[in-house]
Amino acid sequence: MSPDTRLPLAAGVERSAGHGELRFLTCGSVDDGKSTLIGRLIADSAGLADDQAKALSEDSRRFGTCDEALDFALLLDGLEAEREQGITIDVAYRFFATARRAFVVADTPGHQQYTRNMVTGASGAELAVLLVDARKGLVQQTRRHAAIVSLMGIRHVVLAVNKVDLVDFSEACFREIERAFSAFAAPLGFESLVAIPLSARHGDNVAVRSTRLPWYRGATLLRHLETVPIETEAEGPFRFPVQWVNRPDSDFRGFSGTVASGEVRVGDRVVAEGSGRTAEVMRIVTFDGDLPAATAGRAVTLVFKDAIDLGRGDLLADPRNRPVVGRRLAADVVWMADASALPGARHLLKIGTATVAATITRIVDVLDVDSLRRVPDRSLDPNGIARVEIETTAPVTFDPYTDNRATGAFILIDPVAGDTMAAGMAA
Amino acid sequence: MPFSTLAPGPHLSLHLQRLEDESVHILREVVAEFRKPVLLYSVGKDSSVLLHLARKAFYPAPPPFPFLHIATGWDFRALLEHRDRMAKAHGFELLVHSNAAATQAGVNPFDTETGEYSRLMLTEALRAALDKHGFDAAIGGARRDEEKARAKERIFSHRSAGHVWDPRRQRPELWRLFNPRLASGETMRVFPLSNWTELDVWTYIQAEAIPIVPLYLAAERPVVRRAGALIAADDARLRLAPGEKPAVRRVRFRTLGCWPLTGAIESDAGDVAAVIDELRASRSSERQGRLVDAAQQASMERKKREGYF
Ligand SMILES: Nc1nc2c(ncn2[C@@H]2O[C@H](COP(=O)(O)OP(=O)(O)O)[C@@H](O)[C@H]2O)c(=O)[nH]1
Repeated sequence: MSPDTRLPLAAGVERSAGHGELRFLTCGSVDDGKSTLIGRLIADSAGLADDQAKALSEDSRRFGTCDEALDFALLLDGLEAEREQGITIDVAYRFFATARRAFVVADTPGHQQYTRNMVTGASGAELAVLLVDARKGLVQQTRRHAAIVSLMGIRHVVLAVNKVDLVDFSEACFREIERAFSAFAAPLGFESLVAIPLSARHGDNVAVRSTRLPWYRGATLLRHLETVPIETEAEGPFRFPVQWVNRPDSDFRGFSGTVASGEVRVGDRVVAEGSGRTAEVMRIVTFDGDLPAATAGRAVTLVFKDAIDLGRGDLLADPRNRPVVGRRLAADVVWMADASALPGARHLLKIGTATVAATITRIVDVLDVDSLRRVPDRSLDPNGIARVEIETTAPVTFDPYTDNRATGAFILIDPVAGDTMAAGMAA
Repeated sequence: MPFSTLAPGPHLSLHLQRLEDESVHILREVVAEFRKPVLLYSVGKDSSVLLHLARKAFYPAPPPFPFLHIATGWDFRALLEHRDRMAKAHGFELLVHSNAAATQAGVNPFDTETGEYSRLMLTEALRAALDKHGFDAAIGGARRDEEKARAKERIFSHRSAGHVWDPRRQRPELWRLFNPRLASGETMRVFPLSNWTELDVWTYIQAEAIPIVPLYLAAERPVVRRAGALIAADDARLRLAPGEKPAVRRVRFRTLGCWPLTGAIESDAGDVAAVIDELRASRSSERQGRLVDAAQQASMERKKREGYF
């Protein structure tokens, strides 16, 4: 189809036009009811497909932990091995939509390897739902999860106080958990923090307001997820990692990539870090026609007025607000490899679209996720989080992660086995 | 070079625009990072969306990789026609590969056990084609919402030598920093539509007016009822049991596999808008029509471990 025969927005497409999409992460300790909660959200918001319900009721009989009715958790545990052991071993992605928003849920397990899996799930999320069991209240795991969520730059948190049916829907019990969590989380600086009493198993306050919790005046979980305002990267300074040079013939030379933050308009001058040269944007090309401007998230192709030497790995930026360029950086890294980190070992560092050789030169200290304290330590073990110093063989361009998630995040790769060793966040 | 003057209209919802941009980013990442990528073109609706996205991602250049169709010899005729029409219209390089040895040995969807049939005709054929051409990355249209085993799949899904998928050794996938690193003999499967749902695919097809195989739309077709499924008599090779006679019904297909193994559903949805309405109201997930999956719920995981994409 050629671009000029396209249809206007069809009626049916408005489904989630209003507020777009929310990507969130769920975390909790084993048996807090995380799987049940997600299963419930999917089933209640969209209606479970009949053949899935049939498979589910068969599964509930074979593997289920609920004596009656459907075990919503079985909707989620995908792999055979896990189902037999009754545990979730990895990050799984789930989807549901309402008239207001489309949702992508990263479901991460609460037991061993939780740091690695949680960090993976959190890296793509804009909000986190932390589960606690109303009978147990805050546990060590809850604090760890909150710390990691904060470290990963997630600004919005929901504390889902689950299983309120088992504490007689007690307001006092809920308020105590809410108070303890607010006190703990205050230094983590979340932009929004909402506690909701609910029962995943029975559906109270998940999608439907519960009559058994008359003292609670706030939104149901689903309503909150549908309406919580999420900031976008559109406000930040312009950043554009050059992904691919588009040169089909001698007449056209464009630089393809995704706007990482901010906005670019035709006529803007941008600076190529590295060379420090600037160029004026002449066209913003897409298959659907040229755009006058492109904001964060848009995948476009830029054409410049001036001849400029650029390639994959270059970062284009706003000349009035430039990123850091250097061969040394301090960063928090989450160690994901099976063996401990080895200062001096050669890694590949992938940041934006650039990949360079890099070594960890020093482990400065290690983050104790239980106390949120940094303790002096020289070793970084699997699932550990440390502040390190890194040296690269060629200059890298970045922003501090707290300023810009898109240009401050990197991964470390084992150059031989190819494994992803660590997730990193520039300090 | 064409210079389009079309004013960009808000023809996509914010959600679909985000999915499109993400998929375009992934496609460009594949081309930038791999030596010899290929797009697995099954000609179904997801592949049709992939083709469309590939045209967008590299515009004004054409998609810089070939398209590979694994044909079994039991493909719907309308699907093959659509495939050839698309290849001609968009000028992409089309590669077709089949497991000829298995066909010659008499493997067919009627006599061969279904699991074995799909292993030989799909999984084996795909592995052989990838090895033959030395492709290091294969772009597929699989989505995480299709099936439980897919929900944990990475966007860049690493396969060890022999195309084996080990769910316990998947690389963590962080932010949009896909790890493309391969040791020798290893390959990558890449799924740009990972975060799309079936409904997203259909609403996108509608918004972008993407051409699809007409079998997705309801029409009068001759079918027989077998094991609760409606099987189309797509050509004369359909073996009829004594007394069995194809009857004409108004049906459409939700997925397109080999025709003797793909169940149709009775439907009045003659256009994409009607399909979307039906989907919204529907109470069954899309793989229901596939006999291949009906027997074992976890069969997808097994197939993936063996190297099915
Ligand atoms: N009474 C009650 N039981 C629940 C509730 N939510 C979950 N459960 C039960 O708690 C157990 C653990 O739930 P599951 O979702 O598997 O926990 P996960 O390990 O966090 O995924 C199961 O037996 C659930 O049926 C709830 O709100 N009330």
